[in-house]
Amino acid sequence: MALPTPLQAFSALPKESQHEKAAVVSGEKMTGAEALVRSLEDLGVTDVFGIPGGAILPVYDAISENTKFRFILNRHEQGAGHAAEGYAVATGKVGVAIVTSGPGATNIVTPILDAAMDSVPLVVITGQVGVGAIGTDAFQEADTLGITYPVVKHSFLITNAQDVPRVMSEAYYIAQSGRPGPVVVDFTKSAQNASMFYSWPQEKILPGYNPVEKAHGRVLNDATELFQTSHRPVLYVGGGAVRSDAGKQVEHLAKLTNAPIVTTLPARGIVPESDPQVLGMPGMHGTIPAVGAIQQSDLLVAIGARFDDRVTGSLEHFAPTAKVIHIDIDPAEIGKNRVADVPIVGDVAKVLDDLIPKIEASQAEHGKPDLSAWWNQINGWVKDYPLTYDEPSDGTLAPQWVIEQLSAKADPNTIWVAGVGQHQIWASQYIDFENPHSWISSGGSGTMGFGLPAAMGAQVGSERTFGGKKPVWLIDGDGSFQMTSQELATAFQESMPIKIAIINNSVYGMVRQWQTLFYKDHYSATSLHDGDEPNHAFPTDVDTTPLPDKDQYDVPDFVMLAQAYGCIGLRVTTKEQALKAIDIANSVTDRPVLIDFRVWKDAMVWPMIAAGESNDTIIYRPGVEPLNTGEPTGVGTAAPTAASETTDQANQEEK
Amino acid sequence: MATTYPASRPGSKTHTLSVLVENRPGVLARISGLFARRAFNINSLSVSPTERPDISRITVTAEVEQVPLEQIIKQLNKLLHVLKVVELDSATSVERELVLIKVAADEHNRSDVLEIVHLFRVRVVDVHPQSLTIEATGAEGKLDALLRLLEHYGIIELVRSGAVAVMRGPKALSEKVIGSEVTGR
Repeated sequence: MALPTPLQAFSALPKESQHEKAAVVSGEKMTGAEALVRSLEDLGVTDVFGIPGGAILPVYDAISENTKFRFILNRHEQGAGHAAEGYAVATGKVGVAIVTSGPGATNIVTPILDAAMDSVPLVVITGQVGVGAIGTDAFQEADTLGITYPVVKHSFLITNAQDVPRVMSEAYYIAQSGRPGPVVVDFTKSAQNASMFYSWPQEKILPGYNPVEKAHGRVLNDATELFQTSHRPVLYVGGGAVRSDAGKQVEHLAKLTNAPIVTTLPARGIVPESDPQVLGMPGMHGTIPAVGAIQQSDLLVAIGARFDDRVTGSLEHFAPTAKVIHIDIDPAEIGKNRVADVPIVGDVAKVLDDLIPKIEASQAEHGKPDLSAWWNQINGWVKDYPLTYDEPSDGTLAPQWVIEQLSAKADPNTIWVAGVGQHQIWASQYIDFENPHSWISSGGSGTMGFGLPAAMGAQVGSERTFGGKKPVWLIDGDGSFQMTSQELATAFQESMPIKIAIINNSVYGMVRQWQTLFYKDHYSATSLHDGDEPNHAFPTDVDTTPLPDKDQYDVPDFVMLAQAYGCIGLRVTTKEQALKAIDIANSVTDRPVLIDFRVWKDAMVWPMIAAGESNDTIIYRPGVEPLNTGEPTGVGTAAPTAASETTDQANQEEK
Repeated sequence: MATTYPASRPGSKTHTLSVLVENRPGVLARISGLFARRAFNINSLSVSPTERPDISRITVTAEVEQVPLEQIIKQLNKLLHVLKVVELDSATSVERELVLIKVAADEHNRSDVLEIVHLFRVRVVDVHPQSLTIEATGAEGKLDALLRLLEHYGIIELVRSGAVAVMRGPKALSEKVIGSEVTGR
């Protein structure tokens, strides 16, 4: 045998000769690639997204009509990743994507980051060059593990076919247990082709992985005591509560303690919006009642929330008088940004199941704390500062109005998906969320282009889990949509009746809003020219019609784009057209419908807290800062009396 | 805390962490990647196999305040290949570094240097008409003192290992690893 090359000699990969495990002969003989497909079937995976390629071909060869899962062919690996995410959030199951090596793997890094930031259970299988070629800069070779280290929950490299079922069962378990997250399985082509003996189930070998699910001992009593002595409590509910499916428990806790609920972006809908205890969203674009309640609370109960900077603003001015109970399954989240007075590590639903009886017992003994002053104050904010928006000055539609109509006309079981930008925040503000798992949005990572593929994943999940009874509406921006619009091809060919609302203001609206507010109206690189000229379309007959000037028509023409992909495309410039188009979209059941809503480009997202500022500086609308007393809020322990203070404040602002 | 990043601050107390990890490819990359990603600056890091073939041990020293240290430990614990993280207290543990120092010592000052070698109970491992190479082990403070004394003779070359540390008494850290032997990989 030839001497090893230097790379082979120093390779950290296990040498063939060390594999006594190759001696395994019990089980069904098959290739590593076949074992991967069989493992997915045995794990109960019913839907898989992806794109084939050279280094993953054996796996695709093992997928056939007899394969138990549905395979959805995307048009870009990023689409496959976000689709798997949308599927995971909509169904609560693990999303699975299979892509090839090199660029296929790097293209899916964005969804992996997105899933890491939002704790979405994801298993991403990437092809890898054969073991002998690793480290040689082979065709389509990339160090997928190295590239993804900082953004995965865990990752595996399969060099031995015999390991496939064990690694897959570990990967699947890691993705969905504890704090969910993305797991990468990098699968060498040599191991895909090698033969192995398949057996199921597999024993998982994870000595360093022991997620704590139940809270222990004293902390529950400490938390109960804080509830008992609090007169201004707030439940600050985050995405972790959604992952833990703790909607019922949160609602129960809120009824029991009479505490108001604020829901962060990923947690919208965990308790129905129609519940008067739900004050809306906290943070940068939160409601005045939600932000005010947090700032002036004496007890902040973080439930699966992580004190993200978009929620806290300036940390030192965040809820300055509150004691903190922090419930999270990830110990590293506790004390990361805000010190917790009572840290509780555990699965949110299980912790609340254990906490609620203790509070009940305590209340039976000591009675319920009187929160009437607190609710008087909160109700004052609710009354004085409802969500509101300006009518456009140029005759276009108000984007907020469009979203209100979408919400009003939609099936109550609708799954709402958004891209990233102004439209996302308006969607979170103006849709009446009544069910958990009905709102899918990229939070921590803020990934533009998330919307369309995630909506496709939600649609697949709806068809699989809810018999298609949950229709899917995508609310997207003209900028965000263009980042992954090629997935329309997948949506059409898979007969997905997703409804797409492009909130088209012809600009990168959120960036432009910051330019308006913080960069003196210098609109650097935010004009898209895709929604300025509603009356000019590219002539269909270029032989006889002179071409118009380049600046006279919009590119892309979203209606023609939809049609090019076989989808129904509608353009809307008036309220009347809007209502009609929404009805049409709601009635189509066999293909995507895209509506190009032409909206006001100067519309802004309010309320707003400037990045890094104190929550007390929240601007309700320009010139109105209801919480800004010029001094730190809530100093002293007495609950501020009723709503008089805020009303005075509002009067002052109006002068 | 967010306001104190980067987590490591010169002048903070030096802490020593012993990290037991699965002995597998890529573990060090995951750990060093974590330090970089979370802006944890470290003073030294050394890795070696242990009494158990399935476990490697990483010793990390860092100048860091208590709160970011807790965050470092928690983040390390999130890595699946990390089996156990323990902060070693200098009062109940032994910590050593190794240094090799090539000093410019000739016939005029060789005996002076040898006297220092003798005083510090360290060893000469190579002699040349123009140099002496000294091997020294000890706690960080002792080695620093030695280096200060040798400095003015002229240090030609210096190489220093990261610290390694072990708890005093009869127990092994690996006893605390759940599930004992890691097999089947």
